Amino acid sequence: MAIATPANAAAEANRRRYEALRAAGQGATLAALPPKTAPGSAPIPPQCVIAEDEVPGGWYQTMRLGRGEVLRLIDVTGTATPALIAWREDDPSERMNLADTVKVQWTAALQRGHVVLSDMGRVMLSVVEDTCGAHDALVGGSVAFGEPPLPRNTRANFIAAVGKLGLDRRDIPAALSLFAPINVGADGHFTWRDGAKAKGDFVDLRAEMTLLLAISNCPHPFQPVAPDAARPLKFVRYRAQDYGGDDPCRRTGAEIGRAFAFTNRLFA
Amino acid sequence: MSRRDPQLAIYDQVIAAGQPWSRVAKCGQVLRIVDSEGQQAVDALFYCADDVAERYSAQDTLRQQRNAYIGVGTRLMSSEGRAMLTVIGDSCGRHDTSAGCCSCESNAVRFGEPTKYQHACRENFLLELAKHGMGKRDIVANVNFFMNVPIDPVGHFTVVDGISQPGGYVELRAEMDVLCVLSNCPQINNPCNGFNPTPIRVLIWGS
Repeated sequence: MAIATPANAAAEANRRRYEALRAAGQGATLAALPPKTAPGSAPIPPQCVIAEDEVPGGWYQTMRLGRGEVLRLIDVTGTATPALIAWREDDPSERMNLADTVKVQWTAALQRGHVVLSDMGRVMLSVVEDTCGAHDALVGGSVAFGEPPLPRNTRANFIAAVGKLGLDRRDIPAALSLFAPINVGADGHFTWRDGAKAKGDFVDLRAEMTLLLAISNCPHPFQPVAPDAARPLKFVRYRAQDYGGDDPCRRTGAEIGRAFAFTNRLFA
Repeated sequence: MSRRDPQLAIYDQVIAAGQPWSRVAKCGQVLRIVDSEGQQAVDALFYCADDVAERYSAQDTLRQQRNAYIGVGTRLMSSEGRAMLTVIGDSCGRHDTSAGCCSCESNAVRFGEPTKYQHACRENFLLELAKHGMGKRDIVANVNFFMNVPIDPVGHFTVVDGISQPGGYVELRAEMDVLCVLSNCPQINNPCNGFNPTPIRVLIWGS
């Protein structure tokens, strides 16, 4: 039996706060997430479209995404698994931090209503639409150098991409793989969940600060059947719509409310 | 229990609660990290000593072993797909590499703004990396030795009570000359240190 001291009373208070946050984060907050976007819904008003593009299988794209702009990534064939990295344009030392993203939101299963956090406790991207709901925030893109060669791979693509952004390989953090359904077994073994991807799946990522993005369109390392080269990824960049008081990414708990408040201070 | 004799170690150092540490482990040397009092997370980054742009990659490590947790046999991989260190001894059974290190900024988001002004692993990493000419951009996703972060089948991701016992240890064999950078985690807001950070001990044996 521990002796009650001011020090362990403080520790007990911290434990109670942690358990309360956990209960909310894996209970009420999770239940408040919006449903997946229905296939074929969420049309983009033509007057909001800024640019469209397509990246062939194996290739990559870099772009600037302004605060308040949205990037729709469309898995045209149902086989694409793009890997994505984001940096803050004003100071690229601030970059996507998937560890904080999954830790703060209490889940590695990112979906509509979740956000991607930077290493500075701010929101970089909000997942405002998502027909797939199966993304990989743990394993990342395809092989590094020194392994059996693919014609192209995500590591090589990112090295080239950061070069074009004025950065170098020291600036490559862990990457988020989209449309990549990964399960973690009780023993930690990763499996690929079949049937969780569909032709035409899309995810809409809204920039909450102006970002530099690198996106590599290569097979996920655990994708069971390496798709052929014809796995284009379509992009639509558009001006965000106003969700009014029902923003899909403002329904979650106190943590994300604070992250948005800290983000907005950049622009106050 | 490891048969390596502390009397024969070429290096033996206690790292006080909440403090950083770094040293190069030469290829073939064995680094032991001891969780002296139990339930103490140790955040770790690794850099190729000859070219620090090559560094530990959590994602390459997970991909290569196709498993979310670190234990005996895990090869800690670099960003260039090379093994940096191999886990050759472990009394704990499970270590994390997906939850990252604590920071003033993420503490403020998780636990409220007053916790921003508490010491954190990223402060330790910034101070220690500065000795080696590196900065914030060099802080990649790290290993968390002795930190228990189960990921359940629906994706729930939770730092829970540590399972490492007092005197627990992990042993790593360097597969190249590796700059090892540790933060003896000062976090008091989650269970990774039992809400009470404690000292650790680091030993190195020659090859």
